[in-house]
Amino acid sequence: MTDERTLDLLEAKIEELRQLNAMDGMDLSKEIARLEEKLAVLRQDLYSNLTDWERVRIARHPKRPYALDYIASVFSDFYELRGDRIVGDDRALLAGLARLEGRPVALLAQQKGRTTEENKERFFGMTRPQGYRKAKRVMELAERFGLPLVSLIDTSGAYPGVESEELNIGGAIAENLQTMAGLRVPTVAVVIGEGGSGGALAIGLADRVLMLENAIYSVITPEGAAAILWKDKERAREAATALQMTAPHLLELGLIDGVVPEPLGGAHKNPAITSAALKEAVVHHVNELAAFPLDQLLAARYARYRNVGRYSARPVTDS
Amino acid sequence: MSLFKERQYLRVHVDREPDDSLWMKCKSCGELVFKRRVRENSNVCPSCGEYFFQTSQERLESILDPGSYEPFGERLAANDPLSFTDSRAYQERVAEAQAKTGLDDAILIGRGAIEGIPVVIGVMDFRFIGGSMGSVVGEQICRAIEASIADRRGFVLISSSGGARIQEGMFSLLQMAKTVTVRRRLAEAGLPFVSVMTYPTTGGVEASIASLGDIIIAEKGAMIGFAGRRVIEQTIAEELPAHFQTESFALERGQIDRVVRREDLRSELAVALGFFVGAR
Repeated sequence: MTDERTLDLLEAKIEELRQLNAMDGMDLSKEIARLEEKLAVLRQDLYSNLTDWERVRIARHPKRPYALDYIASVFSDFYELRGDRIVGDDRALLAGLARLEGRPVALLAQQKGRTTEENKERFFGMTRPQGYRKAKRVMELAERFGLPLVSLIDTSGAYPGVESEELNIGGAIAENLQTMAGLRVPTVAVVIGEGGSGGALAIGLADRVLMLENAIYSVITPEGAAAILWKDKERAREAATALQMTAPHLLELGLIDGVVPEPLGGAHKNPAITSAALKEAVVHHVNELAAFPLDQLLAARYARYRNVGRYSARPVTDS
Repeated sequence: MSLFKERQYLRVHVDREPDDSLWMKCKSCGELVFKRRVRENSNVCPSCGEYFFQTSQERLESILDPGSYEPFGERLAANDPLSFTDSRAYQERVAEAQAKTGLDDAILIGRGAIEGIPVVIGVMDFRFIGGSMGSVVGEQICRAIEASIADRRGFVLISSSGGARIQEGMFSLLQMAKTVTVRRRLAEAGLPFVSVMTYPTTGGVEASIASLGDIIIAEKGAMIGFAGRRVIEQTIAEELPAHFQTESFALERGQIDRVVRREDLRSELAVALGFFVGAR
């Protein structure tokens, strides 16, 4: 079984050989070439057959690009708007205005922290009611000025805490859903890492829903499902598979509109390439939606969400 | 003692087995009470006022005018879009819940009248996989709202749900978006939606349709919240305050309009809906 560590080891070996090669007259170039070829094959093999659990790991990878990385590379002139005007400003959900290839847009983006300090400030990327209410304020601002709305989703879920409940986090999410359902501007949502349940959907009820190739989107975390359904947190891998939470699965189920490709091994292996692909996709969809008459856009959005679900008629057989 | 009792939630006897005895013992006061009296009293103990679990069928009976209930014609049942199996197959769980409750899924919808006011009503049932909202519940709520609009009646939803149905994965999560999308149409049609939260109204149901009532009423003994107690306790690693996620907690923090006793729910709904009769 090949895993990432094997690849790292092999990479280190090749590097060692290269140094030897440079030092004295030994000609190791054939050996190096052979190993490099082997490495490429193994890498392709490993990363092109990712299991669902491996994708979960990549979606949560500590080096994975976060929203601010994409904001800097996909958009220009990000102009942050802060605060819900009532309680405070949530640093786990950023909002503001920006330009997308020159076109002004409104932006919502869930941001995780990298360092302990940042994670403290950003509540480990879990959005609180303050964040959802700020998002709603900016959704309405977008509508007032006819700006397309772009959401970058990356959260393990809404923040579960006493204060969240006191501030009616469920009500805040519900209000956002209602606002997005009728928002009179084009909306595009992209899951860039973790799409954690209602906490993600609260900024994700959009005309187009995209996912990065190794992003996940689920009604519950694999760990949560494992604890509730299997009564065993250790079964998260199985839960991840059963829930069909990866981008390829959700595309096949018809629940998302597109998958944005990532480089082999995940976005963190080459953030620049990932950003370029993300930009291309967002620009494409925003342009396409902006060309639709508004009433058609709203009718299509209505039909999409009205019809989601799978059920069948139950024949009446009993007395 | 009284303080301790105050923070208790409703006791839910989900696995209540039907038996033929005429009497039952109240788990709260220990009194032997006549079962028919209990049922006629909205499943509230006539001796001490303790609430017993009320099924969706019993709720309809205690809220609607006698003989006014007409269920919708088409019966829907869950698909298994993910072919989901955890410790058991989803389809098995559904079949078992259907057999146990006599329901097709976790909601009953139909037309009826409350003290003469025509309504469309949906009643969730916690016995059916925790009252969870999957594709069937989401679709039925939408059909109920659409019937409200077609008939120009108010819509009443009585929630009793732990949240989204995990076994349907993203299809379940998107029922939040679905119900909310259709709920907008009711508002545009100028028709009232009274949301009644009972034990429990949590997770994806609380964070979507249930929180969007024009009027939100909680039944005494309700549990109202987004995240489960255990999840919160694990996150913040401290004990939760008394009353946390009870109906009085929600009322004090401005999340709901009113709290009513179960035996008053019928007249409460009639009064609330009465203000909208003839409006528009």
